[in-house]
Amino acid sequence: MDSRAICPALHIEPAEPERDAARLARLAFWARRWGPYSTPDGDDGIILDTTGAAHLFGGEAAMLAEIQAGFARAGLTARLALAPTRGAAWALARFGPERAICTDPLPALAPLPVAGLRLSGETLLLLRRLGLKTIGDLAAIPRLSLMRRFARAEPQDNPLVRLDQALGRAAEPLDAPEPAPEFAAEARLAEPVMDPSDWLPGLLADLCAQMAAADRGCRRLCLSVFRVDGERRDIRVAMAAPTRDPGHLLRLFDGRLERLDPGYGFDLIRLAAEAVEPLAQAQPGLDGAAPTGLALARLVDRLAARFGAQTISRPLPRESHVPERAEAPGPPLAATPAPPARPDRPIRLLNPPEEIRVLYAIPEGPPAQFVWRRQTLRVARHAGPERIAPEWWHDRPGTRLRDYFRIEDDSGLRLWIYREGLVHDGRGGAPRWFLHGIFA
Amino acid sequence: MSARPFPFGVAPFGRAPVPAPPPQPAAPILSEAFGTRPLAGAAPGFVLAALPPGLVLWAQDRLSRAEFGAPFLPGMGRDLLRLDLTRPADVLSALEDGLQSRALAAVVGEIHGPAPALSFTASRRLALRAEAAGLPCWLIRHAARPEPSAARMRWRLAPLPSVPDPDDPQAPGEPRWLAELFRARGRPSSTWVVRHDRAADRLDFSAPPRDRELAEPRDAPGRRMA
Repeated sequence: MDSRAICPALHIEPAEPERDAARLARLAFWARRWGPYSTPDGDDGIILDTTGAAHLFGGEAAMLAEIQAGFARAGLTARLALAPTRGAAWALARFGPERAICTDPLPALAPLPVAGLRLSGETLLLLRRLGLKTIGDLAAIPRLSLMRRFARAEPQDNPLVRLDQALGRAAEPLDAPEPAPEFAAEARLAEPVMDPSDWLPGLLADLCAQMAAADRGCRRLCLSVFRVDGERRDIRVAMAAPTRDPGHLLRLFDGRLERLDPGYGFDLIRLAAEAVEPLAQAQPGLDGAAPTGLALARLVDRLAARFGAQTISRPLPRESHVPERAEAPGPPLAATPAPPARPDRPIRLLNPPEEIRVLYAIPEGPPAQFVWRRQTLRVARHAGPERIAPEWWHDRPGTRLRDYFRIEDDSGLRLWIYREGLVHDGRGGAPRWFLHGIFA
Repeated sequence: MSARPFPFGVAPFGRAPVPAPPPQPAAPILSEAFGTRPLAGAAPGFVLAALPPGLVLWAQDRLSRAEFGAPFLPGMGRDLLRLDLTRPADVLSALEDGLQSRALAAVVGEIHGPAPALSFTASRRLALRAEAAGLPCWLIRHAARPEPSAARMRWRLAPLPSVPDPDDPQAPGEPRWLAELFRARGRPSSTWVVRHDRAADRLDFSAPPRDRELAEPRDAPGRRMA
């Protein structure tokens, strides 16, 4: 308020460190358009590993210029430096010349202030009191005396460790939050576009050719578009079995591309294979069709891509007498054959069971009449009871046993009903009746 | 005079209709099975018995699952690829995907209630795909009225009292259904009593009992079939 009173035109933005960090992390992913590994560095930096990538952009100077232009298009000012070590790049970007490119760290860093070594304020103050103003001064001190002087300092605050890291004497690996893909295909576009579908077949053919050359197939595919405003958007599709068939993979993206948010357009499309597995060349049949096992995997892929993987399941038998536990959803490609049908089990199971109202209960038998949704059904024939006890290792204490009856009403409806509990079993009041299954 | 003076399903004077030869429910065509009442397992049971052996894609919409339950493996004893979907339109597109695959023996879709998504065009797409793929495709319609459709066979299935169990006369026995083929390409509509012969895994078609026709009003046989 006081500042506003002095300068009414002042623009105030509240500080949001968490949102800044999240934005920086997204920006680090977006910066992977220039190199395979990247990670946010501190509060205000991004480290990008461009090893072997500069020739794609016409040399290192041209790459730095393009990176700066890319950030400028996204509305961001970036100070860039390219160096053989992470520490040297950090120092040059903050204290060096514009778009510095260094090949040998020591001469490039020597004139820079010691603040370029990523040290804390106390250590910097100490170094200034010792009269060490530049990195060159520090590097001229004998190692032994530096080591003795800073023996108790933390490694990240130790001038000697930092100096070694900056000069490449100590390793400082890049801990990237997401590993670089083993196989990837990219399309760089001259102008930002809004729809990647025209480029997708070419990218898929390229990627699948790469994987075929290495006898590999992938089980996940990630399509990333790098937007001009500094954001990256991903679409992932997953496969039930490793594959490298471009036609099949292309169909998995049906209807997914529309949900992509292109923002103001994107100028780089990358298709990366994830979960890469060995996949030998398969011999197609004489009619050119894929083998049968593969056909099922492809059907599952297509259904899962369209409706979600949770909708598709293969019921598998389980060892349990409790009906709702006698089958379990298994993986769609399971090869377990189904057991033969049991005539005393219904073909449909209601989940949850529906409570029915019994009009005339017979103590040890099925009801003579009951009401299901205000509809009275008269039991003509019945079989049972079949007593199914609760599984004490699964169920909560106090779960009541069930007496199942197969009944048929006078019009031919065949149903599976049960009574939950007995009259004086000490586990609740009067037993309730439920409808649980429908027979053929 | 030809050997067959009356077409199938048409009664000569004072006699029972000539029963047509039973159809082939496992033929690679699009068929529809309409249930007649709630809680009746006749339509799913008939479809289950008519399916050829092999893996079956079974897609259900949300209402069918809520009202008629989900397929239960111990009672069905079939290899199923279950799809639990929400909308009838999803069921139809899943069936189309399934018909393009060579891994399946049949595809079955269940739709509850009147479905605007299942228009004549949609059913014709399914029918053509089923015939091109050589797979039987079944649509089980719960709580729905027959509307124009390109299905090659349309059945209406009602439960009948079961066959008496030889061991226990009080118990429900083998299921029986009253199957009315009310529309089929190239054959008249007719009605059978159908049983599933579990030993041979086939459907036994037999003529409905005589007294049932006598009890009904004497209409022309063709008029009763919608």
